[in-house]
Amino acid sequence: MSASFDIGAPSKSGETFVLNLGPQHPAAHGVLRVKMTMDGEYVMRSEPVIGYIHRMHEKMGENRPLAQFLPNTGRIDYLSALHYNHAFVGAVERAARIEVPPRAEFIRVITSELNRISSHLVWWGAFLLDLGGFTPLLYAFDDREKILDLLEGVTGSRLTYCYFRFGGVRDDLDEGFAGRTRAFIAQMRPRLKMYRQLVTDNVILRKRLEDIGPISPELCRKYGATGPVIRGSGVPYDVRKVEPYSVYSQLDFDVPVYPEGDCMGRYRVRMDEIAQSLRIIEQALDKLPDGPTLGKVPRVLKLPVGDVCYAVEAARGRLMVRIVSDGKEAAYRLKLRTPSFSNMSLFEEASRGMMLADALALMGSLDLVIPDIDR
Amino acid sequence: MPATLEQIREHFSGMDGAVTTPADHAAKGYDLDVALAAGGVVAAAEYLGGIGFSLDTMTGVDWIAQNEMEVVYDYFHPASPLRIVVRTRVPRDNPEVPTVSGVFPGANWHERETHDFFGIRFAGHPNLTPLLLPEDADYHPLRKDFVA
Amino acid sequence: MSLLATEPIRLLLSLLCIVAFVGGNAAYLVLAERKGAGRFQNRPGPNEAGYGGWLQPIADVGKLISKQLMVPPDADRLLFRLAPLVVLTPAMMCLAVIPFGDTLVARNINVGLLMVFSFGSINVMAILLSGWASRNKFAIMSSARVVSQNVAYEIPMLLVVITLLMATGSMDLGEIVRQQAGGFWHWNFCRVWINPLMPVTFVIFFICMLAETNRAPFDMAEAESELVAGAFTEYGSMGFGVFFMAEYANIVLGCSLATVLFFGGWQTGLGAVPAAWGGWGVLVGLGFFMAKMYALIFTVIWVRWTFPRTQFYSLLNLSWKILIPVSLFTLLLSSAMIKLLPR
Repeated sequence: MSASFDIGAPSKSGETFVLNLGPQHPAAHGVLRVKMTMDGEYVMRSEPVIGYIHRMHEKMGENRPLAQFLPNTGRIDYLSALHYNHAFVGAVERAARIEVPPRAEFIRVITSELNRISSHLVWWGAFLLDLGGFTPLLYAFDDREKILDLLEGVTGSRLTYCYFRFGGVRDDLDEGFAGRTRAFIAQMRPRLKMYRQLVTDNVILRKRLEDIGPISPELCRKYGATGPVIRGSGVPYDVRKVEPYSVYSQLDFDVPVYPEGDCMGRYRVRMDEIAQSLRIIEQALDKLPDGPTLGKVPRVLKLPVGDVCYAVEAARGRLMVRIVSDGKEAAYRLKLRTPSFSNMSLFEEASRGMMLADALALMGSLDLVIPDIDR
Repeated sequence: MPATLEQIREHFSGMDGAVTTPADHAAKGYDLDVALAAGGVVAAAEYLGGIGFSLDTMTGVDWIAQNEMEVVYDYFHPASPLRIVVRTRVPRDNPEVPTVSGVFPGANWHERETHDFFGIRFAGHPNLTPLLLPEDADYHPLRKDFVA
Repeated sequence: MSLLATEPIRLLLSLLCIVAFVGGNAAYLVLAERKGAGRFQNRPGPNEAGYGGWLQPIADVGKLISKQLMVPPDADRLLFRLAPLVVLTPAMMCLAVIPFGDTLVARNINVGLLMVFSFGSINVMAILLSGWASRNKFAIMSSARVVSQNVAYEIPMLLVVITLLMATGSMDLGEIVRQQAGGFWHWNFCRVWINPLMPVTFVIFFICMLAETNRAPFDMAEAESELVAGAFTEYGSMGFGVFFMAEYANIVLGCSLATVLFFGGWQTGLGAVPAAWGGWGVLVGLGFFMAKMYALIFTVIWVRWTFPRTQFYSLLNLSWKILIPVSLFTLLLSSAMIKLLPR
């Protein structure tokens, strides 16, 4: 049952009040403030106020040599840090024409997809926590722990990875990695089935998410929303397929698309993406060639004058890095186009007239990471 | 049906003051570079919006040596690999560009951010207040002459 | 011994026992819930304080008592302080009429059932009071939700109880339990010859009990992720502690009422009647009562950690559009069967 509400009509009592979903709030995923003008339980207007974790990464990109910016990339969106590594090193490699050995490309794909899975697991647990189901978070974190162990063995970090380098990756995989990863894939598939049976098919969850928070493809286009938000509205836009990069064109995977455009559609897109990522990892492990893991990079790296951009499908959507260079060691201008920024910007229009609980379900289904919005 | 690169290039060549430069996607990451006067950005946005493009991002660049500021609009299409870049330059001491938030509501936040960082004014913007910086900020950090 | 047998002393002792029972349950049910939650979530739960975490409630009480009791400056001072009392007292008072054994009841009055429901409604007012007195928008929104929810769910609960009353013919809780003597098929839950939908009436009662005590999935009052702590946002230290205790006291009350009404109370269900065994028969009956009550409490805890929360209008729809028609139907069915079929 969706509440019928004529947004144009004045409220019955004429009284509205401002509810501040403050920077400290259990459901604001990070430090996000949303000023909601409420008419009883209905959200008349919501105004997101961002900037509480603005660290000015773009300025930091201008005052240090390019290689010194690599740790920053891991901290913009800490949940899918490897994708941000990838976008940045990709932009530099594109500009400086650095060759990346095929083994390094496959390692990048494997680790990126593992990161995508761990990011989606955190989203899933946190989303269900917002809806009142406390238990799936712990199960998701259990699975994520295994991924973190895998990635820690390779990269040395658990969360804010800084593993990719210009021309390849920092270290090669150790011998046990492929075996451990395959074991993880084998145990993850039944877990996904359990999640589908216990959580996704749960009638309370379905009533909570189906027909809630509709986002049309036109709304996505007008705000530049990408990732599961646009794929949950029926548009099959995935940077890995439309603008293939790295070795994704050599791998066979599907892009899950659901036409409904409601919270359930976006939910299902992300759950299916986990399954697809498992497929990609398996194929990449099978096709992993031997060879070096780092290409030739000049000692002092200076990009040619001009601009270059590189786009990547991060866990949350389209991530694009644009570097404007004037021939010096540091970038002249470094622009980070982050997916959560665009995804969040449509919240104001999409949440008009919704009830508070539904507006929060919508916000959770957008999968926002506030440091990603603020940079 | 997304338009082809040729059609887009032809359209922009028809706009006066526009300089179009095709680019190699593998080398630059985009397919077409269109340099316009500031007055033409809205028409460009309307055209590209009409053929299904979406606004990726807006980048401000402070060319202090040439006493100009540049605003770069990146456009992507959900169904085609084409990437179009529209750029415009404005004088540095009075940077003003008409807003495209009427065509792409997503530009509302991008323009606020660019204004925060560079001080570029977007004429016609409904709410050009600081987005990422504090509400009372009167400095523009990404300007090259900014001293903390 | 004869002094202890006098009525005032007996009454005083039983009331003290009830207070101790509620207090002990409130403390240790919290632990049971956290351990249960841990098990459902594949982790151990509190196990640091004392062996296996058994001293955790003591540590929590110590922590709560040592915190500052803050009253927000804008709050209505009297109502703010009154609300925790108003929420805890009715639960304790209602336990005075619950028969834990044949003679093990603080005060058996012949309208015991009516008393329980009358006092149960005060719970809603207490939450409204706390939300209003806090002068906090989240708290007010939450109390508005609680009032709608509790009013909506009281109706099917009362309809179900009326259905039961038609079967038992008495509001005296002790009498209701005595009628369920014998094998377990005599329990009201299984008395399908009076009303074939008896198990359904129990399910409705259980759902309404979850909604009345504001337990998940009906915990709109707190709805942590939306309303921070809802009506209790502004309460700290023991004010919050008392609300917590009251929630568990209400759960104990609800589950003991369900045991008495549907599962035979202190009856063994195995044919033997402990009342006839004298001294240690009382303990046997008490043991069976506790076992049934704690099984229901375990189910309440289990349900909380398993399901997400419904939306608010789905919650109200469930009551107004589903539970009330069904309970009205069982009521009519029950009255029809009593009229038509010979007793």
